[in-house]
Amino acid sequence: MFLEQLVNGLTLGSSYALIALGYTMVYGIIQLINFAHGEIYMFGAFAGLFLVTLFDVNIFVALLGAMAFCMVLGMLVERVAYRPLRGKSSRLSALISAIGVSIFLSTLMALLRGTNTTRYPEILKIHTYHLGPLELSSLQIIILLVSALLMIGLQLMIQRTRLGKAMRACSQDLDAASLMGINPNRIISYTFAIGSALAAAGGVMVGIYYNAVWPYMGTMAGLKAFSAAVLGGIGSVPGAMIGGLTLGVLEILGVAYLSSSYKDAIAFGILILVLIVRPQGIMGQKITKKV
Amino acid sequence: MDALLSQYIDAYYLHLMVLIGINIILVLGLNIITGVTGQLSMGHAGFMSIGAYTAAIMSVHLAFPFWASLLAGATAAAAFGFLLGLPTLRLEGDYLAMVTIGFAEIVRVFFLNFEPGGKAVGLSGIPEHTGFTLVWTMALLIIVLNAKLLNSRIGRSFYAIRENEIAAEAAGINTTRLKVLAFMIGASLAGLGGGLYAHYMTYIAPQDFGFMKSIELLNMVVLGGMGSIPGAILGTIVLTLAPEMLRIVAEYRLLFYGALLVLLMIFRPNGLLGDIRWYDFKKRWFNKGVKTWPS
Repeated sequence: MFLEQLVNGLTLGSSYALIALGYTMVYGIIQLINFAHGEIYMFGAFAGLFLVTLFDVNIFVALLGAMAFCMVLGMLVERVAYRPLRGKSSRLSALISAIGVSIFLSTLMALLRGTNTTRYPEILKIHTYHLGPLELSSLQIIILLVSALLMIGLQLMIQRTRLGKAMRACSQDLDAASLMGINPNRIISYTFAIGSALAAAGGVMVGIYYNAVWPYMGTMAGLKAFSAAVLGGIGSVPGAMIGGLTLGVLEILGVAYLSSSYKDAIAFGILILVLIVRPQGIMGQKITKKV
Repeated sequence: MDALLSQYIDAYYLHLMVLIGINIILVLGLNIITGVTGQLSMGHAGFMSIGAYTAAIMSVHLAFPFWASLLAGATAAAAFGFLLGLPTLRLEGDYLAMVTIGFAEIVRVFFLNFEPGGKAVGLSGIPEHTGFTLVWTMALLIIVLNAKLLNSRIGRSFYAIRENEIAAEAAGINTTRLKVLAFMIGASLAGLGGGLYAHYMTYIAPQDFGFMKSIELLNMVVLGGMGSIPGAILGTIVLTLAPEMLRIVAEYRLLFYGALLVLLMIFRPNGLLGDIRWYDFKKRWFNKGVKTWPS
């Protein structure tokens, strides 16, 4: 029972982690809470649904297609709504702009598809495996494996490639990075693309797992993923992964052993408690204030 | 007075004006926390719902007089403002924002499961005590008091904390106490607005006070211009009327609202009145000297 809930929690948590990565990467570079990120996740889920219903593709093609679509969408949002604001306005104006994009995107999808939930067609034969006391569905295995692959890939990219190096430089100091010949606008654009692709992967997998997508699914998922990012220490990539998994596991355990009607409150309650004890999040570095 | 007004003014416009009045009270509260003191709060609807539910439950279940329940609502909200103000001692910026979001969500889920509040169905049959006259008398009173407060020693300390917390502390301001105080004042205004709202709509439900409500209020503060009272009022009027004006585009309403927010921020990044100072106007109007190039 406990092990099963743990696996359920990890499955949910890996989707939070995938979304949280986008928040934390964008935040790390331009200190913006990208409120439209939840909507990108929602668009990813719908893009996957679209591919599956119209072209009858398998889960991996749907995943890749949705990721490619959201990469473009993420870069577009950054270009239209955030770049014009950069440098000449406070962070709060950018935040309001992000909220505007979020309202715009969710309404757009509601107009296109209606506000009802759509079910994902059955694209995967679901087997259940028994490992001793543990029950695992093939879908859970796929979700855990794909998330793990994506996160390892991301970590390798950030640590090993030129692009990753440039991203790390930008997150340390945007001005100094641009003096070293890095084009910050391009790096920011790529960051949005990568974050959005990860969110899209999360969206497709959650859509299949819970067998439901709807235009307002991004709001709550976005809030929870953001709290996962803050929990892990915002701006830190491993922090977002740990924060997402922790939040997912604790939420599922809370629902299983405490009360299901307080489901949404559990995640936020944990977050507040952790932040009061450790204000910089789990993996965040404490920044000493300097005059 | 209300009866007289309703003879001359269309009920719909009167309704809008009452909503603007209530929103002004709410937004001035948030303005003190976020606009003036610079503590990003994204959970203002949480305080509003505490005020609304406290006042409504006291009126409906305990048959308290209207004024007493209104006061109780504001006090309850202020108490939670105190509690939420405490973490600000250690948290800042976006961490604080997340805590306020979390707080508002927990409050919403609590009222979703709260028996005396009618759970998810909401609480109906609240006696109607609020009208145009009362709301606007309160709103004007609060605008005046707000202006007095912001010009006082306390108000100036609030601005100082926003501009530079370390410098403010070095100048002898007890930042801890003042930040908690800002949260308490802001929350009590939200509670008051919530109580008025409950006694105007006669029906409240948890979904009236969701995350989007907090965001809407924050939009009003930022759009008007951070920390400026005329700005907060203008922002409130524009954003309360915008969805109504956009009714011509029917279901595309929210689409335009979202796009409007983005465009306004691109073209007026500091808010509508954010970078306009009366001082500049005065100087321009009363300047008798020879025009020179700005240095």
